[in-house]
Amino acid sequence: MSIVTTFVLALRALWRNKVRTMLTMLGIIVGIGCVIAMVSSGQGAQQAVKEVFQSMGTNVLVLTNQSSRGGPSVGAGGSSATITWDDVKRLSEPGTVPTIRVAAPVLSARTQLISDAGNWNTSVLGTTADWFEIRNWKAAQGVVLDADTGGSNTKIAVIGQTIAIQLFGDSASGVGQSVRINGQPYEVVGILEKKGQGPMGDNDDTVIIPLKTYQQKLEKQGVAKYMRGQLLISMTGDDLAEQTIADITALLREWHKLDAAAEDDFRIRNPAEFAKAQQDSTERISTLLALVAAASLFVGGIGVMNIMLVSVIERTREIGIRMGVGAKPMDILTQFLVESLVLSIVGGILGLAFGYVCAWKMSDVFGWKLFFPMDTAIIAFAVSGAVGVGFGLYPAIRASRLDPITALRYES
Amino acid sequence: MSADDEKRPLIEMKGIHRVYQMGDNVVRALRGVDLTVRHGESIAIMGTSGSGKSTLMNIMGCLDQPSMGSYHLNGRDVSRLSRSQLAEVRGRMIGFVFQSFNLLSRTSALENVEMPLLYQGVGSSERHKRAMAALDKVGLADRHDHHPNQLSGGQQQRVAIARALVGDAPVIMADEPTGNLDTRTSYEVMSILQGFVAAGKTIILVTHEADIAAYASRVVTLRDGLIIKDVQQTPHSAAEQLAALPPPVDDVPAAEVA
Repeated sequence: MSIVTTFVLALRALWRNKVRTMLTMLGIIVGIGCVIAMVSSGQGAQQAVKEVFQSMGTNVLVLTNQSSRGGPSVGAGGSSATITWDDVKRLSEPGTVPTIRVAAPVLSARTQLISDAGNWNTSVLGTTADWFEIRNWKAAQGVVLDADTGGSNTKIAVIGQTIAIQLFGDSASGVGQSVRINGQPYEVVGILEKKGQGPMGDNDDTVIIPLKTYQQKLEKQGVAKYMRGQLLISMTGDDLAEQTIADITALLREWHKLDAAAEDDFRIRNPAEFAKAQQDSTERISTLLALVAAASLFVGGIGVMNIMLVSVIERTREIGIRMGVGAKPMDILTQFLVESLVLSIVGGILGLAFGYVCAWKMSDVFGWKLFFPMDTAIIAFAVSGAVGVGFGLYPAIRASRLDPITALRYES
Repeated sequence: MSADDEKRPLIEMKGIHRVYQMGDNVVRALRGVDLTVRHGESIAIMGTSGSGKSTLMNIMGCLDQPSMGSYHLNGRDVSRLSRSQLAEVRGRMIGFVFQSFNLLSRTSALENVEMPLLYQGVGSSERHKRAMAALDKVGLADRHDHHPNQLSGGQQQRVAIARALVGDAPVIMADEPTGNLDTRTSYEVMSILQGFVAAGKTIILVTHEADIAAYASRVVTLRDGLIIKDVQQTPHSAAEQLAALPPPVDDVPAAEVA
């Protein structure tokens, strides 16, 4: 019997029991759908985590005072700051630490912004032109700080798109207009490209002004000895973090005259490492979810076997008739195997669609990028085929081993 | 049909035994049966239940194999074949007609008739053509798209006969073919079968009714697994009996029944 005829027969047999076929298929649809949804959204979540950290810049280290996170509530008047502007200057000089490419100090404070159209409370950053380069962040409108303006004390500001929307109505307007920061008027010279969510929240909810301007207008105690912010350090290449951290630590300990027993009075964070830990945990969770989904697929497969076994018993007489008119055991085996194969593969295809819809919905709800890698689709197809053959084989063998005489006399 | 075919036996059974193991009991269903059937014969196998006639039919129809003895079908030894080889012999050599019709439900008459060809690897258009021709021979070409539940018992049995014919098998085995039919349709079915004998087919009727056996040219009687009688006779003509019946009364309209 030709393979086409076999498939046509299988489709007809399945069509005759539409409700049962649909219910059995549902097991496969849900199973495959869950696997697809879990794998796809797992990858989406991982990608989201990755992007969040990439938005900080790659090959980046962050040097902060030991208790900068503890904040002003601990030591009074920011006595916790230990990194001096002198440290910053020496570290930024080429050659001090050979693996440091460039470094940008960043000071920040939350203040009120006021424009003609609205006002908005956000964090204002004071930094240099290098910061834009390290974070690989360009202007969508106007310009960012360059070496001249970044080193000056002019009252100019580069704003993120969230700010532009809040203060000027839409994400593209505001360049050339005035914004009051902490009561002082600043000219908006640029609007940054959209960056989306970062590890500390909305990347685009930020205003950048020149470091010197910040120090003069926003730093409470004027130009101080200590840097009450962070130093964003960009390294010269991949896999240099360990080396660079060791070098900086050694230098700072020497400059701060710390003896061997003393703890570091500064902190160096490696966002990449944090990102990796985050990604690892996301990956573990998505693997776990995919396993649970695989279990549901297994249950779906058992459903197929169950129905095929029932079908073999129900159709004992049909099997007898077919054998009577010349069907070989192999013909009967093929017929039932193809039926379960069609059941599973059609279920697999529908499950793929179902999984895709689930993944799409989830990516929508959680703000992930939609991931639908082709290899998952191919795997789903292969797996549903394997389920069909794997769980259909036993019923098919039972069908093929029926004795035609008994089968012909079988009363259902 | 050539003269050689006429002479050569179609079925040649020698010393056939069939022993079943039923729990602790050994059942000797056949205890040394010798039987030769020639091309074009119509033979009735009679016997009470337990006489071994069903077992003999199963072995003749290649559904079962003898425990002992030899069986040549059309010159080929078929007593020691695999299940798969037996299926092939059935497909090519034997058409079955059963008491309970054994048609696939929810499947059109045409598809039922096509089924044997499916397993002989006949292509779809050829299958269709030959199945239509077979249905035409039993007078049901116009009902080819009806499902069994839309056909009367007699019509269902005619579909089954068409299915037995479609593969051009030389032997038709009919197991109580009229057991579920009324007198008129029994005559119809038997006259169709007799028509095929006239056309050269060999028909083996398995029955316990003497009326049905009367249509055969030879009656073989079994008892306790042995042939006790084997007689030639002049068969009754089912067509003549059918003609002698009073014309059929029209069915009472459904409304009057209600």
